[in-house]
Amino acid sequence: MTVLAVEGVSWRIGAVPIVDDVTLHLAPDEFVALIGPNGAGKTSLFNLISGLRRPTSGRILLGGRDVTGLAPYRRARSGLGRTFQTSAVFGSLTVTENVALAVQARRGGALRAWRRGSDRDVTVRSAQILAEVRLEHRAGRTAGSLAHGEKRKLEIALLLAGDPRVLLLDEPMAGVSAEDVPALVEVIRGLTAGTGRTVLMVEHHMDVVLDLADRVAVLHHGALLACDTPAAVMADAFVQHAYLGEGL
Amino acid sequence: MSTVVLLTLTGLGLAALYFLIASGLSLVFGLAGVLNFAHGLFLSVGAYVTWWAAPHLGLPLAVVSGVAAAAATGALTELVLIRPLYTRHTEQVLVTVGLSLAGVALLQSVWGADARVFPRPEWASHVTGVLGAQVPDDRFLLIGAAVLVLVALLAFLRFTRYGLVIRAGVENRAMVRALGIDVRTAFTLVFAIGGALAGLAGILGGMYFTSVSPGQGVSLLIFAFIVVVIGGLGSVTGSAVAAAGVGLLQQFVNYYGAAGAGDVSVVALLAVVLLLRPAGIAGKAVAA
Repeated sequence: MTVLAVEGVSWRIGAVPIVDDVTLHLAPDEFVALIGPNGAGKTSLFNLISGLRRPTSGRILLGGRDVTGLAPYRRARSGLGRTFQTSAVFGSLTVTENVALAVQARRGGALRAWRRGSDRDVTVRSAQILAEVRLEHRAGRTAGSLAHGEKRKLEIALLLAGDPRVLLLDEPMAGVSAEDVPALVEVIRGLTAGTGRTVLMVEHHMDVVLDLADRVAVLHHGALLACDTPAAVMADAFVQHAYLGEGL
Repeated sequence: MSTVVLLTLTGLGLAALYFLIASGLSLVFGLAGVLNFAHGLFLSVGAYVTWWAAPHLGLPLAVVSGVAAAAATGALTELVLIRPLYTRHTEQVLVTVGLSLAGVALLQSVWGADARVFPRPEWASHVTGVLGAQVPDDRFLLIGAAVLVLVALLAFLRFTRYGLVIRAGVENRAMVRALGIDVRTAFTLVFAIGGALAGLAGILGGMYFTSVSPGQGVSLLIFAFIVVVIGGLGSVTGSAVAAAGVGLLQQFVNYYGAAGAGDVSVVALLAVVLLLRPAGIAGKAVAA
C-alpha cells in the first residue's frame, strides 16, 4: 500500500531540470531519508510534494488521491505536514500555547468566539503531543527561550497537531548542537514507530540517516540515483562516486 | 504637595484616555498591519451617539449604545473598506485618512462645528480630598475605567482562543495563516474592540471636558499615535506604560513650564525613545 506516491515528477526552470523524472513510493510506517549533494533538488522536491511549486510534469498522489493541482493548505488538510529548514515557532507564546494554537487550528474551533483557550480537549491533546516530542518539562516556557534543538522538537509538535499521515522533515538536525542530536533523533524515530505515519526526511548527517531510515533515496542533479536499504545504498558504487565521492 | 497630587491624578486621567485610544490602535496595527487614521472617528461616534441618546435613554444606557455604535463602526470599517485593501498599504492609509475627514465633516454638518455640552454622572463633579489636594472625581472615573479595560483586555488576550490567535498573529501573521487559521475574523474582532475602546474614550473624554466637538477625536488621536509608538506596536501593556508616561509628562510640563511646552515635551520624549529603543518600550529589537 502506498501513502505517498511521486510519479515521474519533473520540474524545470526554462530548459534546466531541477527535479528530473523522480518516482518514489512510500508505505505506511515507512521512514525514507532523502540525501544528495547541495543543489541536488531535495528541497525543490519537497516544495513540489507540499504544493509550494507545481511540477512541470508528473503526478503526486496522497493516499491514492491525485493532489498535483491542490494548494498547500488543501494538502495539509489531506494529511501532509512539513517543516522548513529555518525554525518557525511563535517565540513570544509559551510552548503549550504554540501547540494549543495548532490544535485549535486543526479542530477548526479556533474561532468559536468566546470559549476559553484552555478548553479541556485542546489541553489534553496538546499535552499528548508535548509528551510525544518530549517537551513536557518546557510547557510553561516561552518558545523564544528554548534551545535550538528544543525549538525543532516544538516545530514537530506543531506539525503533529495537524494529525498528518505523511511528514516531510527538511533538515531537522540543521543548527542543532551535537549534544542535542541524540534526543532529537529519538523523537523523530518515535514519529513512525507503530503510528502508521510516514516520514520523508532530508538530512545531511549520514549517521542519523543510516540510524533512522528504512530506505535511503539518493538525489543527484535532480534525478533519483537509487532508493534502497541503507546498506545497499552505501554499497552502491554509482552512489559512492556521485555522492560520497564529491564530499558533503 | 497638593499641587503634585492633583497634577499626578490629572495626568493619569489624561493617560487613561490615551490608553483607551492607543490600545485599540496598537492591536489593529500589530495584528492587521493597518495604520488606522479613522480611529479618531470611532471616538467621535461613541461620544456623539451617547450625547444624542442620553436625554432619551438615560446616561448608563446611552454610554452602552455609544460604545456599541463605535464597535459597530470599527467592524464595518474593516469589513467594507479595509478588507479589500490588505495587500495595498498606500490605498489603505488613504482610505482611513479620507474616512476620518469625511466623518468629521459629517458630524459638523449634522450637529454643527460648535462644542456641545456633554452629560456626566452627577458624582463626577464632586471633589475628594487626597493628601491635602482637592481632586475632582472625574479623574477617578477615567483612571478606574482604564484600569478595568486594561485588566479585561489582558485577560481576554491571555485566556481566550481569540486572544491566543491575536497574540500569535501580532508576532507572525503569515505563520498563523500557514497553520490553517483564518485570521480575517480576528482582524474584524480587533477593529470592533478598538472601536469600542475608542468610543469609550470619546465618552469619558466628553465627560472630562464636559463638552464634545467634531474635531475632538482627531486631536486626541495624535497623542494616542505617539503613545502607540513609544509603547511598542501590538503591545497592550506597553501602551498602558507609555500612556501613563505621556500623560504625566504633559501635565507637569504644562503646569511648570511655558504654555504649550507639555505637548512639545511629549514629542521630545518620542524622539528620545525612538533613538534608544526604536521598537518602543515593549517592542523587540528588530534585526537590520
